[in-house]
Amino acid sequence: MSFLIGENMVGGYGGADILKGCTIAVDQGEIAVIVGPNGAGKSTAMKAMLGMLPLKSGQVKLKDNDITSLTPQARIAKGIAFVPQTNNVFVSMSVRENLEMGAFLRDDDFSQTIDQVFELFPILAEKQKQLAGELSGGQRQQVAVARALMSQPSVLMLDEPTAGVSPIVMDELFERILEVRQTGVAILMVEQNARQALNIADKGYVLVIGENRHTDTGQALLANPEVRRSFLGG
Amino acid sequence: MDALVDLTNAVILLLNFVIVPSLAYGSQLALGALGITLIYGILRFANFAHGDTMAFGTMITILMTWWLQSKGISFGFLPTALLALPVGIFATIIMLIFTDKVVYKHYRRRKDPSVTLMIASIGVMFMMNGIIRFVIGPNEQRFADGERFILKARAFKEWSGLNEGLTIKTSQALTVVIAIMFVVGVFWFLQKTRSGKAMRAYSDNEDLALLSGVNPEKVVLITWIIVATLATVAGTLYGLDKSFKPFTYLSMLLPMFAAAIVGGVGNPIGAIVGGYVIAFSEVTLTYAYKKVFVYLLPSSLEPDGLLQLLSTDYKHAVSFIILVLVLLFKPTGILKGKIL
Amino acid sequence: MSSNQKTTLWFLLVALLLVTIGFAQSWSVSLGIMNLCLISAIMALGVNIQWGYAGLINVGVMGFSALGGISAVLISQKPVTAAWQAGWGNLLLAAVFSTITITIVVLCYRKLAASRQRNILMTVVTIAGLFLARYFFDPAVVSIESVDSAKTGYLGGANLPILVSWVIGGFVAGGIAWLVGKVALGLRADYLAIATLGISEIILAVLKNEDWLTRGVKNVTGLPRPVPYEINLQSSDWFINLMQWWHSNNLIELTVLEKQTALKQFVIEGSSIFVKLCYTGLFATVLIIILFLSVKALNSPWGRMMRAIRDNEVAASAMGKDVTARHLQVFILGSAIIGVAGAMLITLDGQFTPTSFRPIRYTFLIWVMVIVGGSGNNMGAVLGSFLIWIAWIEAEPLGVWLMEFGTSGMDQNNWLKLHLIENAQHMRLFFMGFVLLLVMRFSPGGILPEVIRKR
Repeated sequence: MSFLIGENMVGGYGGADILKGCTIAVDQGEIAVIVGPNGAGKSTAMKAMLGMLPLKSGQVKLKDNDITSLTPQARIAKGIAFVPQTNNVFVSMSVRENLEMGAFLRDDDFSQTIDQVFELFPILAEKQKQLAGELSGGQRQQVAVARALMSQPSVLMLDEPTAGVSPIVMDELFERILEVRQTGVAILMVEQNARQALNIADKGYVLVIGENRHTDTGQALLANPEVRRSFLGG
Repeated sequence: MDALVDLTNAVILLLNFVIVPSLAYGSQLALGALGITLIYGILRFANFAHGDTMAFGTMITILMTWWLQSKGISFGFLPTALLALPVGIFATIIMLIFTDKVVYKHYRRRKDPSVTLMIASIGVMFMMNGIIRFVIGPNEQRFADGERFILKARAFKEWSGLNEGLTIKTSQALTVVIAIMFVVGVFWFLQKTRSGKAMRAYSDNEDLALLSGVNPEKVVLITWIIVATLATVAGTLYGLDKSFKPFTYLSMLLPMFAAAIVGGVGNPIGAIVGGYVIAFSEVTLTYAYKKVFVYLLPSSLEPDGLLQLLSTDYKHAVSFIILVLVLLFKPTGILKGKIL
Repeated sequence: MSSNQKTTLWFLLVALLLVTIGFAQSWSVSLGIMNLCLISAIMALGVNIQWGYAGLINVGVMGFSALGGISAVLISQKPVTAAWQAGWGNLLLAAVFSTITITIVVLCYRKLAASRQRNILMTVVTIAGLFLARYFFDPAVVSIESVDSAKTGYLGGANLPILVSWVIGGFVAGGIAWLVGKVALGLRADYLAIATLGISEIILAVLKNEDWLTRGVKNVTGLPRPVPYEINLQSSDWFINLMQWWHSNNLIELTVLEKQTALKQFVIEGSSIFVKLCYTGLFATVLIIILFLSVKALNSPWGRMMRAIRDNEVAASAMGKDVTARHLQVFILGSAIIGVAGAMLITLDGQFTPTSFRPIRYTFLIWVMVIVGGSGNNMGAVLGSFLIWIAWIEAEPLGVWLMEFGTSGMDQNNWLKLHLIENAQHMRLFFMGFVLLLVMRFSPGGILPEVIRKR
C-alpha cells in the first residue's frame, strides 16, 4: 500500500466529471509525476487528493487512513503541503516571513527547519529580508517550495512548478526537488514539461481524459514508444 | 532683528492656525482611515458604516463619561473620557462582532462580490445611525471637562513678547500622542505577532493563507476587534477636540475614505499618510495667508486680497476633490496599495 | 403565483395603505405621501437603470437630484438685471480664462509625454489660471452678491414656466453625468461608489457656496407653481361650486348659516387636496412615461445588451459590444432621470434649500427602495419606492405610538418614557436598515425580483 493514494477517483466541478476513475499513488522518498495532454485532468486529480474537489466516488488514503472527507485545511494539518501553480508566495511579505507562514501551524521552534531550507535554497538565505514580490520568477518558485517545506510535510504536492520559468531555472528547480526527495518526503508533481519531469520521476502517470493511460517508472515511460509518440512529441 | 521677529511671528501664525489644527485633525482621520483600510484589506469591502461605528463607540464613551462625571470621578488633568474609553471600545467590539455574525458572515461564506457586502454595510449604517440618534439624540453633545490648554495665546504672547499667540488645546496634544500610540501598537501587532502576520498573509493572498493553515474566521475576528478599537479612539478624540454630533461623524466618512484611498487602500502606512495629507490640504488650501505675508513682505508689497486659494466653505470639499482626483488618476494611491 | 399577479397584489397593498392613511389621518397627508412616492419612484427608476440594468453603482443620487433642483430655480426665477449689469463683464472674462486654462492643461496632458516636466507645467498652468480667473471672478461675485442681497444677490433665472425645468433638469444632470462618467466609469465598482458619493458632495458644496449663481444657503423661496394656488381656488366660484356639489349630501340637512361655515371649511380642505391632486396628476404622468420607456428599453435589444454586459463584461466586449460607451450611455440616462425627479421635487417644495440635501435621505434611501423593491425590475423599483416612502413617513407616528403604548405603565414624567417618545422618530433609520438587510438576506432579488426571460 502506498503512502498517499487516490483510488478510482471520480468527480468534477459540477456538470460533467473530469476524473473518470483514475488512481494516483506516491510513496515516501519517491517522486511521482502526472503528465498528459491539456484537459486530461492532471491538476484536477491533484486537487482532488488535496480535498479541493469533492469526489463522487473513490477514496483518498494517507498512511492507510481514509482522508476522503477531510477539508484541505485538515489534510494540510495531517502533513500534506501544496504549492499552487500561480500566486504561490505572499508578495508583500519578506522571504523569511513567507517561510514563517509556511510553519504557521507548527507550535514548536522551527528555526532549525529554516536553516535546513536555507541550506537547500542558499539564494533565499541571502534574500531573506527582501519582499517575495521583488524576486525573479525562479526565485519565487523556490520561495514557494521552501514555504511548503516549512511545515515538515510527509507529502509535497507541486502544481506545474516549472511553468513559465526558463530552462536553466527549470533544471535547477528539478535539482532541488531531487534533493528534497533525499529527505524522505513523498513528492507528487503535475508537469507540463513531461520529458524533463519523467527524467527525475520514480513513477509516472500518463492521464488522458480523466483516466490512467500508462503507469510505469519514469525511465520506462520515456522509453515506451507509444508514450513517446503520443505525449512526448517523438 | 525686526526681520527675525517678523519671521517668527509668521511661523507662529502658521503653527497656530495651520499646523497644530491639521496635526490633530489628521491624526483623527488617520485612525479612522486605518480602520477602513484594514477592513478593506481583510474583508475586502468598502465599509460605509465606519463613520457610524465611530459615532457608536464615541456615544458609549460619552455615556460612560457622564456617569463617571456624575459620580465625581475624574482623571486628573486628563479628560474623564479617557477613563471611559475602554468601556466604549469594549461595547464597539461586541457590536462589530455581532454585525459580522448576523450580516457579513453570510455573504462572506457565499463568496458574494464585494459590492454586496458594501450595500449590506449601508444597511448596517442605517441601523447604527438609528440606534445612535435614538439613544443620544441628533444634537451636539459635549463631554470634555471644559476646555483645557497646554498653552494659551495670551500666556504665550507675554512669555515670548511676540504679536502672535499660540494656543495648544490639551485635546489636540492628546490626540496626536494617543494616535501615535495606537498606530505604533497596530504596526507592532501586524509586523511582529503571529496573528498580525496571519492577517497580512490573508490580506496578501487569501488562498495561500488558507493553505498555510490560517483560520479565516479568526483573522476576521481580530480585524473587527482592531477596527472597533481604532474607530472608538478616533471618534472619542474627535469628539473631545471638537464636539460630538451624529451627523458630523457620518460626514467624516468621505474624508476617511479619501485618506485611505490617497494612501493606497489596504496599506496601513498609506492610511496614516493619507490622513495627514487630507487634513493638511483641507487647512492649507482654505487658509487666508494675508497676515503671513504681511509679516514676511516689506510693507510696500503688502497684498490686497486675503490670499486664500479656496473659500473656507470648501474645506470639506477639498478632501472630496482630492479623493476624486486620486481615484481618477492614481487609484492605487500615492503609495503602493493592497499591502497589509 | 405568476409574477404579474404578485406585482398586482403588492400594488393593491400599497393602495390599501394609502387609503388607510387617508381615512386614519387625512386625505391631504395621504396625497402628500403619494406625491413624494411618485417622485421617489422616478429617482429609483434612474438608479435601477444604472444598477439593475447595467450594474453601475451610483451613490451620487443626491447630487444629481440637486442639479435638477437648481434647474427649477434657474428656469423659473426672474433674471436680476442689476446683478447681470454689475457682474457680466468680469464673469465673462473669468469664464474665458478658465476655459483657456482647462484647454491648455488638457492639451498638455494629451500631447506631451508623461514626465515630471509635464506635471510641473500642468500644475503651474493650473495655479496661474486659477489666480487669473479669480482676479476677475472675485469682484464679479462681490458685485453680484451685493445687489439687493437680502432679496436676490444672485443672477436670477430665465423666467420660463417651471415645468420647462423638468426637461432642463434632466439635461443638466445628464450633462454633468457625462462629465463624471467620462472620467469615473473606468473605476471598479466600490471605487465608483465612493467617487460618485464624493462627486455628489462636491456638487452640493458648489450649490451651497456659489451664492452668485444659486443664492446658496440663503435659499430661493416662492418658486412659481405649475398648479393653482389654494388661496386663488378658495375665491374661485367654480371651485366653490364644485365643493358644494361634491359635499351636497353633507350639506343638505344644514341650516343656511351652518351651511356657509361648513362649506367654507370644505373649500379650505378641498383646495389643499385639489392642489395635491394636480401635482399627483403631473407626477403620475411623468412616472408613467418614464416607466413605459424604461420597460420598453429593458425588453429591447438594447436592454438585452445592457444585461449581457452587466452579467459578463468580458464576453460582451469580446462580442464587439462597446462596453465603455454603453456604460456611459446608461449612466447619463439614469442620472438624467434622477435630475428630472429633482426638478419635480423642488417644484413641489416651492423652494430650494441646499442644506436639506443629505445623503441618507437623497442617496441611501433611494438605494434602499431599489434593493428592497427589486433591482433590475422596473415595477419592483417603483413598488420599493412606494413601500419605503410610506414606511419612512409613517414610521414616525407609529414609532411614537408604539413607544407611548410600550411605556404606558410608566409615570408621565419618567425620564426614560420622555426620552423614548422624544427619540422614537429616529428609529425609522433603524427600521430602514433592518428592512434592507432582511430583504438582502432572505430575498436577495428584492420583493419583485428581476424577471429572467427564458427562450
